[in-house]
Amino acid sequence: MPPTPHPGEGDAHEALDPDAVSSRPPPRVRPVVERTTPTAGTEAAPVDKMRAEGLRAWFGAHEALHGITLPVRANAVTAIIGPSGCGKSTFVRCCNRMHEVVPGARVAGSVLLGDTDVYDRRVNPVRLRRLVGMVFQKPNPFPTMSIRDNVLAGLRLNGLRPSDPAAVVERALRQAALWDEVKDVLPRSGASLSGGQQQRLCIARALALEPEVLLMDEPCSALDPVATAKIEELLHELRTRYCIVIVTHNMQQAARVADYTAFLFQGDLVEYDRTDVLFTRPRERRTEDYITGRFG
Amino acid sequence: MALDPLSDVRAAALASTHAPDLRAPRSLRERAVGALLAGAAAVSVLTTIGIVVVLVREAASFFAEISPARFLLDGEWTPLFADKHFGIWPLVAGTLLTTGIAIAVALPLGLLAAIYLSELASDRVRRWVKPALELLAGVPTVVYGYLALSFITPGLQHVVPGLAGFNALGAGIAMGVMILPLIASLSEDALYAVPAALREGAYALGATKLGAVFRVVVPAAASGIGAAAILGVARAVGETMIVAIAAGQQPRLTLDPRVPVETMTAYIAQVSLGDTPHGTLEYRTIFAVGLALFLLTLALNVLSHRLRRRLKGAAA
Amino acid sequence: MTTPHPSVAPPADSAGWLRTGHTRHEAAFRALCKLAIALPLCLLVVLGGSLVVEAWPRLGASFVTSYPSRFAESAGILPALVGTALLMGLTALFAIPLGVGAAVYLEEYAQKTRWSALLELNITTLAGVPSILYGLLGLELFVRVMDLGRSLVAGAATLALLLLPMLITVSREALRTVPRELREACFALGADRAATLRRVVLPMCMPGVLTGIILSLSRAIGETAPLITIGALGYVAFLPTSLGSAFTALPIQIFNWVSRPQAAFRANAAAAIVVLLVLMLLMNGVALWLRKRLQKRITG
Repeated sequence: MPPTPHPGEGDAHEALDPDAVSSRPPPRVRPVVERTTPTAGTEAAPVDKMRAEGLRAWFGAHEALHGITLPVRANAVTAIIGPSGCGKSTFVRCCNRMHEVVPGARVAGSVLLGDTDVYDRRVNPVRLRRLVGMVFQKPNPFPTMSIRDNVLAGLRLNGLRPSDPAAVVERALRQAALWDEVKDVLPRSGASLSGGQQQRLCIARALALEPEVLLMDEPCSALDPVATAKIEELLHELRTRYCIVIVTHNMQQAARVADYTAFLFQGDLVEYDRTDVLFTRPRERRTEDYITGRFG
Repeated sequence: MALDPLSDVRAAALASTHAPDLRAPRSLRERAVGALLAGAAAVSVLTTIGIVVVLVREAASFFAEISPARFLLDGEWTPLFADKHFGIWPLVAGTLLTTGIAIAVALPLGLLAAIYLSELASDRVRRWVKPALELLAGVPTVVYGYLALSFITPGLQHVVPGLAGFNALGAGIAMGVMILPLIASLSEDALYAVPAALREGAYALGATKLGAVFRVVVPAAASGIGAAAILGVARAVGETMIVAIAAGQQPRLTLDPRVPVETMTAYIAQVSLGDTPHGTLEYRTIFAVGLALFLLTLALNVLSHRLRRRLKGAAA
Repeated sequence: MTTPHPSVAPPADSAGWLRTGHTRHEAAFRALCKLAIALPLCLLVVLGGSLVVEAWPRLGASFVTSYPSRFAESAGILPALVGTALLMGLTALFAIPLGVGAAVYLEEYAQKTRWSALLELNITTLAGVPSILYGLLGLELFVRVMDLGRSLVAGAATLALLLLPMLITVSREALRTVPRELREACFALGADRAATLRRVVLPMCMPGVLTGIILSLSRAIGETAPLITIGALGYVAFLPTSLGSAFTALPIQIFNWVSRPQAAFRANAAAAIVVLLVLMLLMNGVALWLRKRLQKRITG
């Protein structure tokens, strides 16, 4: 039975719903070319932290993802690349069920976190998002909170009281490579920082919750090259500890920071492989055209 | 995943977040808050229902005694006298007369003000004039009533011969000043919503600024201006204190602005001020009049709303 | 009316024609517009001036601290002032949770359903209901059915219902100033709606909501008609002792004095009006000051 997406109206004034109940028809897994095993597998077999299975997503009647099957490896950076509108952002927003907070948006298929399907009817999306953190395109620190409170915001929003908040703040800010720059101005408003610092503050905010997966939706697109370099450097350090998914429209960035890369085009997964393989020996014609700059 | 030294946060506080516990139901608090807020929103619906029920119930007992025909066909309204008549028309006439005067004052002035603010004035002028007009709207109506009775009417008596101390003219003018800001600001919104491309199109054809305003902008905003005028009428029809103070308390079927009249609202206020016992016919008259007033203002508001919606649709 | 109407063919002296403006019309029209704006404002200034002149002899400490009296010269507004203060406090107590709560529900919780469409329509409708009809509702519901009598609490409840549409509207506007990204950021941190509201949305829109509340109350302070309908008294020679006390309020006192034929009472009315307007201006001033201050705290 094909799911019938209801016509959604993207009214800007409609309330966001953090735990919209996703009425979910049985997934219709499209015949996706399984291309999920990296070719060169000399090391120990990588562990999948997350795995999308036949993931489909709609905005109203528009189908943005046509059945994506993609693993996300533990302790590695996975980059999602593709031209604008290919569904990259939608894909990561499906991983922590942020997609469905937009009125009229729907999802089918599944995303496994460990062995739990996050789209299981019994899964509470609000809880899920503590485990799967997210950094947005535009830095969005909370303007009413100090830098310190911004870092603690995730804990406080979840009603958690760490025994040593100062330590949590320091650790998260150190992990986000921001500590040295802000340690003397912690009570200042988060809005007083520069754009790059704000984005690292948002990363610290996400890391303070110690997520298992960190989703980054074009985190550098609003930043200047220096700030971008800082964040890329940071990703190198974080990859040992976290499982990171980064969406980027910048292929050089993907090549620099990612262990694995997936190329999405018009809502389909075209190719997924180890980054060095995908960029040097792509198997698909469309991938090659894209990475050599012939379109997109 | 590697454990790091500071993991007491995770161990102590986040322990509950691991996979099995993903399956927690929506928290009780979340549901309780949602229900409370929905309850608050429901109060506004209950208010509307309450107004309708109260008016209809009391008016029904009124009409059980006085047939609607007497209400609609009699030309006199004297429920408080020994010789009782229950014809609504004198009150309607009083209401229409004061409202008509108010609109005659407020519509031209308000429209000119709106055109000036939207099309001609500099930003600096606008910054000063708009709050000043809003100040006019903020003055309590009892104050306008006082001004009408104590200053406007005595002033007019020098000019208009035969003007009584209580009259529709003074009250209507005060009411016009009161609704002017409303009409001005809604009309300005309507003019502002006219796309710049239309103005530029007119200029490109060699139209002067005024030519563009009158031949292109104002016609394009006509339904919005109409909506503003109707909303102004509705506001004037429902206004109580100005007319209760300055227009008199003599229901009469006349369109002479110089003599005392009584509006529907002023009648309700008049009866409320006296000590008419609850449950009597006289007491119920105010609900019958109230129901008529409710239906009249509702119709006007719906009409205005429709017009505005059409404007929005056209602009989109 | 003012469009130039040259013949379609270019005039012989086209350079001269280009130079003839139509500025005379425009200047005249501008003058007309300015007159239209100046007229009501001047009227108000003149009337306000006469009001103060009339009120001046009565404005003094004793006017504010005395009870009403049969003798205009010794009458004061103490019960009215106290009544208005209590009435506003109670009204705020009833109206703020309901109004802000309904606004939050509509902006943050309600999905686009028939129910929310009905709520929207309902609020538009309520906003257009004449205030005196709220008085009739209050008279039946609070004074009779709930048997609260012609009391402070009945008056406040009536005013609270009257204020709801305006409060809901201003609160929604304030809520809409909070960017959607911040809500998403909260959700992405695993917050539910209640936590998002308390920690992020409400702190951010607080200046707007507070300003809206005070401006709404400054409108309510002058409301007369619904209070007359539920039976606030015009002559009260005592201070309210409880929420169930009979009461008067400033606008009622003004109305009472205006309705008397003697000129001396008109002067009292004028003086009471000056007090009422000063109170309103103060509230508006506080609202503006608060907005500035709180906004600075957020961005600073």
